[in-house]
Amino acid sequence: MSPRRETYARKLDLTRGCVEIGHGGGGRTMAQLIEELFLAAFDNDWLRAQDDCARLTVPTGRLVMATDSHVVSPLFFPGGDIGCLSVHGTLNDVAMAGARPLYLAAGFILEEGFPLADLQRIVTSMARAAQAAEVPIVTGDTKVVERGKGDGVFITTTGVGVIPAGVDISANRAQPGDAVLLSGSLGEHGMAVLAQRENLSFDTSIESDTAALHGLVAAMVAAVPDIHCLRDPTRGGLSSALNEIARQSAVGMRLREAAIPVKEPVRALCEFLGLDPLYVANEGKLLAICPVEVAETLLAAMRAHPLGREAALIGEVVADPHGFVEMETVFGGHRLVDWLSGEQLPRIC
Amino acid sequence: MKYLDEFRDGRLAQGLAARIQREIEPDRRYALMEFCGGHTHAICRHGIEDLLPAEVRLIHGPGCPVCVLPSGRLQAAIDLVERERVILCSYGDLLRVPGAQGDTLLKAKARGADVRMVYSVSDALEIARAHPDRPVVFFAIGFETTTPPTAVVLRQARREKLGNFSVYCNHVLTPPALRALLATDLPPPFQAAATRGTGLVDGFIGPAHVSTIIGTRAYEFVATEYRRPLVIAGFEPLDVLQSILMLVRQINAGEARVENEYTRAVGPEGNRKAQQWMDEVFEVHPSFEWRGLGELPNSALAIRPAFADWDAERRFAVPTIKASDHKACACGEVLRGIKRPEECKVFASACTPDHPLGSCMVSAEGACAAHYHYGRFRQAVTA
Repeated sequence: MSPRRETYARKLDLTRGCVEIGHGGGGRTMAQLIEELFLAAFDNDWLRAQDDCARLTVPTGRLVMATDSHVVSPLFFPGGDIGCLSVHGTLNDVAMAGARPLYLAAGFILEEGFPLADLQRIVTSMARAAQAAEVPIVTGDTKVVERGKGDGVFITTTGVGVIPAGVDISANRAQPGDAVLLSGSLGEHGMAVLAQRENLSFDTSIESDTAALHGLVAAMVAAVPDIHCLRDPTRGGLSSALNEIARQSAVGMRLREAAIPVKEPVRALCEFLGLDPLYVANEGKLLAICPVEVAETLLAAMRAHPLGREAALIGEVVADPHGFVEMETVFGGHRLVDWLSGEQLPRIC
Repeated sequence: MKYLDEFRDGRLAQGLAARIQREIEPDRRYALMEFCGGHTHAICRHGIEDLLPAEVRLIHGPGCPVCVLPSGRLQAAIDLVERERVILCSYGDLLRVPGAQGDTLLKAKARGADVRMVYSVSDALEIARAHPDRPVVFFAIGFETTTPPTAVVLRQARREKLGNFSVYCNHVLTPPALRALLATDLPPPFQAAATRGTGLVDGFIGPAHVSTIIGTRAYEFVATEYRRPLVIAGFEPLDVLQSILMLVRQINAGEARVENEYTRAVGPEGNRKAQQWMDEVFEVHPSFEWRGLGELPNSALAIRPAFADWDAERRFAVPTIKASDHKACACGEVLRGIKRPEECKVFASACTPDHPLGSCMVSAEGACAAHYHYGRFRQAVTA
C-alpha cells in the first residue's frame, strides 16, 4: 500500500519558483519537491514506497553496475539536455558489458536559485528517456548547495544490469586480426554542445546524438555472442576509446580514414575551429571489436537497428608492442591517432 | 564539403605525388621548409610525407606563434592576471603553454584568476563592454594574420573611449624570422652543420594566411638576397603537394623565384587596408626574443604611443622575465633544419606534449609536437 499523501497549503510553483535551501533540508519543503516533481515524473512502485532504498528482484547471472556523473554547459542543447543525457550515459556504460540494464538510481545536486521550471524540464526529459529505455529510476537523492556553489544542476546516475549467459565483453579482449566496427558518424554531441556555448554563436543544424544503446547492443549480442569489446566513445572521442582498448588489450590498431563516417556540418565546424572529429565526444555511438570471421554478420545486425544504420567497418586490430593506433589517410599516407593531451582546444590560425 | 573536398582529393594527390617522384633528380637534395604551423599540421595530419620520395625532406619551421612565444612573456601574463586582478582573455591554445616554472594560465585559472578563452579579439572587446568596472586585457599573439583584427579592435576601443580595455602585444613578423633562418652568420655549431650539408634549407613552402595580408612581394629578398626559391601555398594538402612540385622544378632548374600557388587568396601586394590599420596602430619593435631562435632584430610589433592608453604593458607593471629553455633542448637546431625532432636527446622521453621542455613541443603545430602526435610510429618501425 502506498503511504498517505501529504497535503500542502500551496502547490509547488513550477512556473516562477526557484530551488531553495529548504528543498534539500529533509523537511516538508523537500518532501513536497520530491512528491510534486520527482515522483510525479518517475512514478513507479519502488519510489511510491518512499523508502531510502529500493528492494529489487534480480535474475540470476552476472550483475553489472556502473555510475556516471553529469555536468554539462549549457544544460539544454540541440538534441537533448542534461536529463536524458544522464539516463543514456549510464545505460550505455552498463550496455558496454553486453548487459541488459534493469534499474537506475539518480542523485541530484541543485544550486539554490535554479528555476523550478527548468528543473521540471530536465526531470521530465529523464523520465521520458527512462521510459523509452524501459528501465525504471527506482531510488534517488536530492541535495541543495548555496547559490554560486554549483552550476545549476549536477546529476549522478547509477545503473545495474545483467549479462546474458555466454557473453564475455571486455576492453582487454581485443586480439590481432579482429575487426573494428563503429555504429555511426562521429562528433555530433561534442559539436552540438560547443556551438551553444555563450561565447560562440554558430548557427548550425548539428544535434547531439544522445541515445540509449542497450537495444542496439542486445541485437548485436544476439547476432554475434562472441563480441570481444564494446565501448562508447564519449569524452576524448574515438581516439581515446581506441587507445584505451589498445592499452588494455596490449595490441595496436590500424584504421582507414575514408571508412570513418563524419557528417558534413560536424566536419565544417571542426575545420572552422581547428578541432579533429576523432577527438570529439559522442553520446549515442559505440565501437565494437569482434573476430574478423563474424564481422559481416555483426555489421549487418548493427545496420538493421535504427541506431546503427550508418555502421561501418573502420579498421583492424594488429600486434604492436607500442600499442599505436595508426590511420591510413584518404591520401594513402599514415598518421598516428594519439591520446589527447589535456583538453582539445581551438587553434589560433 | 564545398571548397574543402576539392583540395583533399586522394586521387589527385596520388597523381601529384607520382609527378614529384618522376621529376626528382636522384643526386640532388631537396630540403624544404614549411614555415607555417598550419602547413606542418596539414602535412602530419594527412600523412603527406609518406607520399614523397626519400630525396624530399620536409623541415618543420618556426611559424607556430604559440611555440615561439618566450616563456618569460607567458609568465608575465600569469603574473599580470594574478597580481592586477584583470580579466585576461586568451586564445585557447595559449592556456596550456608552460611559463617560466611550468606554471600555466589554466593552472592560474584553477587558483582563481579570471582567465577566459576567446575565439577572437572582438570577443575580448565585448567582455570589456560588459564589465566596465573591471580591467580587461587581451593576450594578443600571432603573425600578420591575427594582427589586423587586433588593430581594428584597438581603433574601436579608442573610438569608444573604452577605458578598461587593453592589449598585451606579442605579435611577431614573418619576414625577419625567415631572414634569421637564412642568415649566413649562423652561430658556430650551426655553421659546422651547414658545411656538412646536413643543415640549411633548399627552398621554402611560404605562408598561406600570412601572405593574404603581406602579399608575395614581402618575400622577394629570399630569392634575390639568399638565392632560395619560395612558393606560397594554401593550407590544404593538395596545395602543399603542388607547392612541393613547384619547388622541385625550380631547384632542378637552378632557379630562385617567389611563386604563388595560393592564387585564390594571395596577390602581390596583399591586403592594403589591413596593412594600413596595422601601420596606424603598431610600430616595429627593435628586437624581440623568439623562443628557440633567440633575439631577432625588427621581428615584432609594439603598440604605438598614440594608443598607449590601451597598451597593457604601459598601464600595468608587466615584469620582464628572462627564462631559458632546458639545456638538452634542441629546438633551435630543429627549427633551422639541422636536427630532426627525433634526433633531440629529450624527444618523447623527458619532453612530451604533456610536459614540454622546449618551444617545438608546446603547441600541436610545433615541429616536435606534430611529429610526436602524428608521426612517431615511424621511428618505432625503424628502431
